[in-house]
Amino acid sequence: MDNLIIAGKTYSSRLLVGTGKYKDFNETRAAIETSGAEIITVAIRRTNIGQNAGEPNLLDVISPSQYTLLPNTAGCYTVDDAVRTLRLARELLDGHSLVKLEVLGDPKTLYPNMVETIKAAEILIKEDFQVMVYTSDDPIIAKQLEEIGCVAVMPLASLIGSGMGILNPWNLQIIIDNAKVPVLVDAGVGTASDAAIAMELGCDGVLMNTAIAAAQNPILMASAMCKAVEAGREAYLAGRMAKKLYSASPSSPVSGVIASSGS
Amino acid sequence: MIQLTINDQIQHFESPINVTQLIDCLALQGKRIAIERNGEIIPRSQFTEQILVDGDQLEVVVAVGGG
Repeated sequence: MDNLIIAGKTYSSRLLVGTGKYKDFNETRAAIETSGAEIITVAIRRTNIGQNAGEPNLLDVISPSQYTLLPNTAGCYTVDDAVRTLRLARELLDGHSLVKLEVLGDPKTLYPNMVETIKAAEILIKEDFQVMVYTSDDPIIAKQLEEIGCVAVMPLASLIGSGMGILNPWNLQIIIDNAKVPVLVDAGVGTASDAAIAMELGCDGVLMNTAIAAAQNPILMASAMCKAVEAGREAYLAGRMAKKLYSASPSSPVSGVIASSGS
Repeated sequence: MIQLTINDQIQHFESPINVTQLIDCLALQGKRIAIERNGEIIPRSQFTEQILVDGDQLEVVVAVGGG
């Protein structure tokens, strides 16, 4: 079986999905089920004090016993906020240590601040967290994150929530070629072909949220993404044919073609 | 009278209370939450023994949808 292994745990799906931006919890649940994803990201936020005490909780819908929950640090711009958020997440999820670290640099682009990300990763790894890290597509930084002990490196394809697709496949290729830990594209995927391209490059997986949640029909897009990730993975494993510019080669035999006689 | 800051909101209580009592006051019993007191996690196992005192800063969090 061609499984994805992260921090020693085996997963059969290479698609990881988020739980944000859905219309309601029913849509969240249906999209996640359809996607086939096993690793599901969640955010950690202050609870409403004194309001909506009876409102349903995400974890009632996405059960931690059924899925591997991946708490994130979305919205954190400092080392301290990111580290505190994940300590709270670990307590919330009964000691669960697999986390997604992102330390953002700028609210307009949500581009990661890699200096702060590395500092936060070092602290978390010392505290025995298993860190999957959101990163820029800089191959040197990606390698550094691996060397300090991150369990997966997750470069952006393009900006978070932009749906712009894979803007720099060459950098992703270098990161993949150099990595000894799983490389997952995180952020920027817009449609199924983007996910397939990421997988064809040799990515170990793809993490997405907005591409599914903001589709006109999120459930159908979840299905498309499931197939795209599988198709891209199979194409990568199969090994594509070489490109032959200006050198056409017919697929059918060249001999035995009927020809008009007597010319 | 003690003053606690909970998720940036100031709340007053008649006397020092433990964390379990605070959770009851906030109607958060049975909810999946995690609590930080003055920057340190309060493990669930210590909810009854940790007594909150005047000036404590608390963060009470839940899991929500996110990517």
